[in-house]
Amino acid sequence: MLHFTRWKQIAIVLSVVLGIVFVLPSFFAKETVAGWPWFIPRAQINLGLDLRGGAHLLLSMETAEVRKDWLDTLREDARKRLRDAKIVVASVGVANNALQVRVGNAEDADAALKELKGLAQPTGNIIRGFSGTDLDVNKAEGGVIIIAPTEAGLQHRITEAISAAIETVRRRVDFTGTTEAQIVRQGSDRILVQVPGLLETAPLKELIGKTARLTFHEVHPSISAEEAKKTRPPSGFRIYPGADREEGDQLLRETPVVRGDELKSAQAAFDSQTHEPIIAFTFNGSGARKFGDFTKTHVGRPFAIVLDDKVISAPVIRDAILGGSGQISGNFTVETANQLAIQLRSGALPAKLTVIEERVVGASLGQDSIEAGKVSAAIGGIAVASFMIFAYGLLGIFAVIGAAIHIIFVLAIMAVIGSTMTLPGIAGIVLTIGMAVDANVLINERIREELRGGRTPISAIETGFTRAYGTIIDSQLTTFIAGLVMFWLGSGPIRGFAVTLTLGIMTTVYTAFTIARLLVVWWLAAQKTRKVEPPLSYTPSASLKAGSTRP
Amino acid sequence: MRFLFKGVDFFPHDTRWKIIERRYIFIGLSWALAVLSAVLLMTRGLNYGVDFKGGSLIEVQAKAGGIDIGELRVRLDKLGIGDVQVQAVGTTGNEALIRVAQQVPTKDLNEEKVQGAANDKVKGALGETIDVRRIEVVGPTVSAELKRTGVIAVIASMFGILLYVWFRFEWQFAVAAILALSHDVFITVGMFSLLWYEFDLSVVAAILTLAGYSINDTVVVFDRIRENLRRYKRMPLVELLNLSINETLSRTVLTSVTTALAVLALYVFGTAVIHGFSFAMLFGIVIGTYSSIFVAAPFLLLFGVKRDWSGPAVKAPSKSDAAGKGRRENVASK
Repeated sequence: MLHFTRWKQIAIVLSVVLGIVFVLPSFFAKETVAGWPWFIPRAQINLGLDLRGGAHLLLSMETAEVRKDWLDTLREDARKRLRDAKIVVASVGVANNALQVRVGNAEDADAALKELKGLAQPTGNIIRGFSGTDLDVNKAEGGVIIIAPTEAGLQHRITEAISAAIETVRRRVDFTGTTEAQIVRQGSDRILVQVPGLLETAPLKELIGKTARLTFHEVHPSISAEEAKKTRPPSGFRIYPGADREEGDQLLRETPVVRGDELKSAQAAFDSQTHEPIIAFTFNGSGARKFGDFTKTHVGRPFAIVLDDKVISAPVIRDAILGGSGQISGNFTVETANQLAIQLRSGALPAKLTVIEERVVGASLGQDSIEAGKVSAAIGGIAVASFMIFAYGLLGIFAVIGAAIHIIFVLAIMAVIGSTMTLPGIAGIVLTIGMAVDANVLINERIREELRGGRTPISAIETGFTRAYGTIIDSQLTTFIAGLVMFWLGSGPIRGFAVTLTLGIMTTVYTAFTIARLLVVWWLAAQKTRKVEPPLSYTPSASLKAGSTRP
Repeated sequence: MRFLFKGVDFFPHDTRWKIIERRYIFIGLSWALAVLSAVLLMTRGLNYGVDFKGGSLIEVQAKAGGIDIGELRVRLDKLGIGDVQVQAVGTTGNEALIRVAQQVPTKDLNEEKVQGAANDKVKGALGETIDVRRIEVVGPTVSAELKRTGVIAVIASMFGILLYVWFRFEWQFAVAAILALSHDVFITVGMFSLLWYEFDLSVVAAILTLAGYSINDTVVVFDRIRENLRRYKRMPLVELLNLSINETLSRTVLTSVTTALAVLALYVFGTAVIHGFSFAMLFGIVIGTYSSIFVAAPFLLLFGVKRDWSGPAVKAPSKSDAAGKGRRENVASK
């Protein structure tokens, strides 16, 4: 244990030098580091939002909406397929999260089943070896065919919807001019948005909280919404509520003429006559054609502009609109018009997102936390160092040097792997200062015991290191297990704590067994010529003093 | 090297405290604490923080001067947003924490909107002189998840530790260690109920760490017990456990002292955010050290241990070892 080959010594010294080199950038300003020559590492430790200030929003997607949309699309597809196959359909409805298709003639049921089975898409997972379809199509009693989405199919849709939503949220956040925002998926149906420096989250939440699904609908030519409320709305039509009191409810055809995803552009503008804020939009090619065809055949009749299932205006078509551009008016303020324009430009969200967790920290509090962290680390460090030197003298100094190098290692590794420092992370480092010297306490107490047992100093040191080794590994590994569990299950700041704790345990074991030991070896080598003094004070064992009998 | 500072060997050695013989005192004390914790948890429960209860937490600071907590409480109570707690934090008297309970969603406002509206009311009522420094809003889905995750994490890490100790020692050691550990965790949680400190995610992190750390000391003692089991094959178990505890006393206590010193600095100089965390750690270190000395080994006695360790002693015994062995075994067989 008290021998290091030359190469090992060089490797250990080199590891310390590397640690210092990698930790250095974190102590300089970003601008300074950017100007450094290429061969010096520049990776800095990321500060978490709780230290630098900023907003953390966890968004959850309404997966029920994804299912509903899917069923709505399926309904249209099923109708079209059966129409193409010349099978008469009595009704298509949604019940129990499934589509129920009733054919006109019961004899057609088998043919319809065959047709409708064609709607199902294979869903495969190569890794899990699972394969199946996204729909279960089955025949029920009385010419009814039930089309039910499978769990795998639904999961697939949700995954797609989340990916699309992340893109949309990113575009919307970008439009606000925020640069450093991080938008990542979390779990199966969640999105985590982190915006450094943001304190007032209301505008952001407003912006990403709207689906902004714009649709243009045909208004029922003869029945008004009021009349339809008394009876049942005719098939294919639905009552849409007005966005505000002025715009009353409307009876609209459910399948829209054109959807917002066919918009080419949307800008906030002012109406040339009323000077009210409006949104000027242009359709893309196919959108313009659809809208043109529709307006050509419906001149003199109203159509409805619907946003998120609410009617925002229902103007009368005066002329066919063939150019594919138009404007939306509807009690906007400059601000809301701007916001809606951004939302329309960035595209609709596949489903509504709600904020289920929000954590906002002001930059001044973050700065205070850093200061408090520094103070407690310094004071904790000094207290631990004083204690170690008091109790173990020279070996205590070695332990303190080891602990200092341990902190350098933790910070260096964090900078290199790009993990984030949080406030609990700082707490983790302060904690590991205390734990770092634990290994040395175990070693030194063991050395003391061996000295008391009558061993020579060198033999006592040797045995102390050897015997303490197993104990140290055992005791550190258990904390390591707890750290790993925290890392897997924790989120945000807790993860930051788990990172410093687990890294800290690894580096403390390393420093206790290399740095502290190497220093001891060097110290022994330095006094080669003289008789080695015991490095620790000890009271000889009472039993040894008294001879061979125990008191 | 003329002068060599060798440190002060201040910790008493050669103690032969009859800890195992007096185990009923300590076991009684531990039982009393555990029962007290159980009663507190059942009747009073825990002061769950926003992470587990949902709702919002708003940390505020006065721009100048202090905050009149009582007056602020009265102002916020008038807002009609249910239970609002105001608590002074820090030492300067110009900081406070405001907790707003989870709001009940209405027909027009979902959970997010209704909570946001309540927060806006609070912000409005704070006026121009008080700054908002931190807001945490946790919805009911997330708080329920965090609670579940917290419980799973504690159980999973205890299970991991159990497996590890079992693998390294014998099952009796593993079970005794886990019992001592559960004792520490349970009493620490009970302490949070007694003092009505906020119990949030960071406290769970502290409890997980304490689970890993408190076992450290226990392992140090167990290691020595195993070493002594190999060395003194015929010493009565009670005496052997006692000897092991006494021999490792300086180690068990001193390792805790160093960590406690570091955590104490966190507790005194840290911000309000990590107050609960550092308290849990500090208390945990104390109770963990206690249980390593007074609880773990008596449990071992209860289960009994395998005496025939087939492996050879850790190292071929040296002269002094051999002398010690003969001497101590003589004493033991007297």
